[in-house]
This record gives sequence, C-alpha cells and structure tokens, in this order.
Amino acid sequence: MSLTYGVYGGRYVPETLIPALDELEATWAELRDDESFRAELHHLGTTYAGRPTPLTRVERFAPEQRMYLKREDLMHTGAHKLNNALGQAVIARRLGKTRIIAETGAGQHGVATATVCARFGLECIVYMGSEDMRRQAPNVERMNLLGAEVRPVEFGTRTLKEATSEAIRDWIANVDTTYYLIGSCVGPAPYPEIVRELQRVIGREAREQILQLEGRLPETVVACVGGGSNAIGMFYDFIPDEDVRLIGVEAAGAASLGTGRPGVLHGARSSLLADEDGQIMDAHSISAGLDYPGVGPEHAQLRDTGRAEYLPCTDDEALAAFHRLCETEGIVPALESSHALARALDCDVELVLVCLSGRGDKDLAEVLDYESDSGTEPDSSTST
Amino acid sequence: MSTQPEKLESDSQNESGSKVLVVYLMAMPDTPELAQAAVEAGADIIEIGFPFSDPLADGPVIRRAGERALAAGMRTARCLEVLAETRARVSVPLILMTYASIFDAHGWERLEREARAAGATSFIVVDLPADVRPELRRVQLVAPTSTDARLKLAATSTDGWLYLVTVTGTTGVRPELAPSLAPLAERARAVTDVPLYAGFGISTPEHARAAAELVDGIAVGSRAVEAAQEGPAELARFVGSLRGALDALAVA
Ligand SMILES: Cc1ncc(COP(=O)(O)O)c(C=O)c1O
Repeated sequence: MSLTYGVYGGRYVPETLIPALDELEATWAELRDDESFRAELHHLGTTYAGRPTPLTRVERFAPEQRMYLKREDLMHTGAHKLNNALGQAVIARRLGKTRIIAETGAGQHGVATATVCARFGLECIVYMGSEDMRRQAPNVERMNLLGAEVRPVEFGTRTLKEATSEAIRDWIANVDTTYYLIGSCVGPAPYPEIVRELQRVIGREAREQILQLEGRLPETVVACVGGGSNAIGMFYDFIPDEDVRLIGVEAAGAASLGTGRPGVLHGARSSLLADEDGQIMDAHSISAGLDYPGVGPEHAQLRDTGRAEYLPCTDDEALAAFHRLCETEGIVPALESSHALARALDCDVELVLVCLSGRGDKDLAEVLDYESDSGTEPDSSTST
Repeated sequence: MSTQPEKLESDSQNESGSKVLVVYLMAMPDTPELAQAAVEAGADIIEIGFPFSDPLADGPVIRRAGERALAAGMRTARCLEVLAETRARVSVPLILMTYASIFDAHGWERLEREARAAGATSFIVVDLPADVRPELRRVQLVAPTSTDARLKLAATSTDGWLYLVTVTGTTGVRPELAPSLAPLAERARAVTDVPLYAGFGISTPEHARAAAELVDGIAVGSRAVEAAQEGPAELARFVGSLRGALDALAVA
C-alpha cells in the first residue's frame, strides 16, 4: 500500500491520531483483497445503492460528439458519494466503531454518510459550514430526516475547508470511539487510497460499458474535481490505457491543481491554494462541492507526471452546461458535475465519456438565486 | 551520532530543582515585551507560535489568536523578526511552535536555519509525527493514544524533553486536569529518562500543581494566550501564580 504519491500524500496529523491511522491501515490491508469484504460491497451496491449505474448517450446535448454520461446521479442518494460512504461504513463496523463523523460541502457526502449510518444503526455527526448549510439547505433537511446531527461551523470560510478541520478536531478528541468517514480522496494516508478503491467501481463499470456499446475505448474521459474522488474513481482503470486522455475539471476559483502550489492541509501534502508562507487561501465556487482549496494527493501526482490534465471552468460556464443538460436531455445535473459537462463539450474528439457525479435537485434554489442576483439568464440553447 | 545542540532544552531546569514552567505565546508585535514579563514572573521556557490558517490541533482560543495574528500581518518573515526581538530581551530557551505547512512553504532547512539565527533553541511541529523528517531536531509530542513503541520512538528522537499531551483532544482551557495524564506519565517514565513536561488543558495553579506531581514540568497555552491579551501585567500575574504553585510543591 502506498502512503505517498511521489512527493505528495503522507500523514501530517497530530500524534494523537497516528495509532488510529495505523489501525485503519492494518484493517484496510486485510480488507482490500478480502473476498467477503468485496462480496459485501457488491451486495450492498446491487441491492441497496443501485449499481451498476447506466451509461447514457446524450445526442441533443452534444450533437457534434458521441458523448456518454456515467450516471452516478442515479445512485441512491443522488451522487457517487454513496460508493465511498457504504464502503467506509463497512470498515468502521469491522473496527468496532459506533460513532461516525463526517464533513460535507455540498451536503452529498453528509447525506450519503447519514444514509449508511441509518442503515447500519450508527450514530452520525456531520460538520458543515454555515454558508454551505444556507446554499445546500435541502441536504441539511435530508440529513436531519435520516437521524444525523448537523453541526454548523461558523468561523473562517464557513465552507468545506473549515468543516473538514472541525471534523478532524472532533476525531482528535474522540478517536477511541469514533470513525472519521472522510468524503473525498484527501486526508492522511491511508484515506486517499481507501476512497479511490471504493470509487473505482465508477471507472471499472464505465470502461466495460463503453467497450460493449462502442467496441472501443473513449478518446477522452472527463470528470469534475473537488477533492477528486469521482474523478479518481472514474480515471483509475483508464490509467493504463495510454491513448485515453484524462481531463479533470476544477472550478476556476478553486483550481488547486491549475493554480495551486505544494503545501500541507488536512493531513496530507498536495497541491493547494496557498500563499508563499503556506497560509491556505479561500476558494470560490458557486458549487459547494468544488469550493475547497485542496485536492487529493494522487491527482497532484497525475498532473505532475502528465497522465491527467486539469482545466478550469467558471461559474457561468458551469451554469450554462447545467441548463443545457436540463433542456436537451431531461437530466438535472449537480452544479459540480456541470463543470465536467462544460469542458467535455469543447473537447475536439469524437468519443467522450463524462462522469455525471450527481443530480442537481439540491442546487435549484442556489441557481435561481445566483441568476436573479447577477441578472444573468445563461444562454444555453442557441449554440445547437 | 546526531550532533548535540550546544544547549539541551532540559538545561533550563532551574537550579532550585523546581519544576519547569513553559509558556506559549502567539507571535504578535508585542510578544517580546510579553515574553520578558513572563520570564521575569518565572517562566523557564517560551514557546512562540507562528500562526497557521488551519490549526487542526488547536481549540478555539489559540485558533482565534492565530486568526488575529494573521490579520495583524504575522507572516513567517515578520514572525522571525519577533523571535529575534524576543531573543534580545530574554535568555531562556525559545521554541518555535507551528504547523508543517509553514515549514513546507518556507523550506524546511531554511526555516530551521533562520529561526536558529533569530534565537530559537528548538522546534515543535504539531502535525509532524516523530518518524517524519527526523533530521529536524525538535521536541516531540506524545499523547494518551500513543503506543509504547511510539513513546519510545518519540523519546529517542526528542530534543531534550518530551511533551506529554495530557488529553485526547485539542488545545484549550479545561475545568479539570485530564485523568489520562497519570497513566501516560507512568508509561513514558517506563521507557525513557528524558524530562517529561505536560501540556494541553493546564490552565490554573491547581492544575499546574497536580500535573507537576506527575511530571518534571508543565506547558501552558490557551490560558496564557488569554492572559497575554490583557497585557504584560496580567500575564505576569498569571505566570507568577503558576510559578508559586510549582515552587510550593518543590518546598513541600
Ligand atoms: C455531485 C458531486 N460531484 C462532485 C463532488 C466533488 O467531490 P469529489 O471531487 O471528491 O468527487 C461533490 C462534492 O460534494 C458532489 O456532491
């Protein structure tokens, strides 16, 4: 198992957490190749979570290309986050932990965690920035309904960065009883690897499906990047396919890979939005799930080696893609996923595979708000 | 063999054989004056915190002090100046305490070199486990969750004394001294002879006294930061009250 990814990754946490990480690492080493663990995940995936998710060809959305969407929006709870939450809940149970904590930005990981905790009878506490609670209010209601306690984080950016810090502080204080169910491929080792392995199902299925439908591999695979979990899950099984271009799309105001520098945040070294003194800077995105100044260490390595490229997408471009998919295909995408859709449309290739990481019901109020504030009516349909 | 620093942090054990008092201050423009007041009131070692935007190991008091410091422009270069100004006023050991991000951005060797030139005698990097970057000689922290193997590892590499984190938790004022300190001190004592100083949650003369019965010294953070906000006189009064509690123990 790798604890680092080139010069990235590692474990930058207070000593208090090291024994828990050692224990997690040992348990994970046993589980990752364990048949009964895989069987349990497969069973949960197919009987509870809605796997496999389909590939959908979107001819009206992308008339110039053969574009397919990997429909993680059709997963139970409406996003890829459940793949990870289910797997980690099984790990937490094997570790004998009964109290689960998580951080959330868009609320999708919080909902996924609250869901698995309800299903397994575990106590669930979700940290969420108060700004995100405002813009993703429906997900706060859902978490409450599922029996989770949502703890607002009222300081700093009031978004995912601070929610993650508070979750880690809770973990430091309660590490004996508590499992930290992290929501993306970030954090101290072995979390980035665990999350990647649990999300790999996205790319594994999609690769098989596109081979079946098209008889060949796509030229380009596109996914949005917040912490990077849907992207790493989508990309991983395509990494050996050297002719397949891998494109991660970051929010332009949160481009930790595009404009960041090396630094240490939330337990790992990665590429971050930070100043020259190592102080973490604020990210800005209309999409709460991408509004994070860090990214998983494995993406920093994939960028450095050139195996994956990372492109920015502005709020307005994402909104235009959001509307366009609604109007042309009858699919309401998450704002996060809309970033991937926007950049996929400009790919000058024939066969494109896009990870539609989640559905956008949670975003409706925020989209309407933004558009009435800025007076923009994104023009999405004229170009076809 | 690693090269021994000229002066081990434990040399600061005061001659009376009394327990060592470590006081934490967040780097601010008035830190030199505050540090002098603390030393005159009986502090044996000063820790100077270089603020970090995302201090995972800190509770609200030190987190807010860090926010104020950053708002006041206390970036690394300015913090180093404050360190040097403090060194001009006091002769006790000065320990630069911060997070890995600050070192990583400035350059690990460069920050170590510049801080030593400014008068730092050692370092504490809160989120850098003992087995990572052993070449940065520093005071290691251990916690109630540390296994015996990790206690040993930290004790062998630590710079002069071992920092016992009294609680499973972040920094912050607490009503009672954590019961987890006694078993931790006992386990640490069993694996090492280096001096053991306890910190996190120690905030009153009563805590200081109770902790000092178990270990060789104490470190006070959040409550000292609060007192420092009231000015040098209040800080001196508070430090003096801790000194008194520790000295009473030595006499008893
Ligand atoms: C639908 C959706 N997509 C993407 C993300 C970004 O996370 P990641 O980059 O880990 O996939 C989120 C995060 O909240 C999300 O809800």
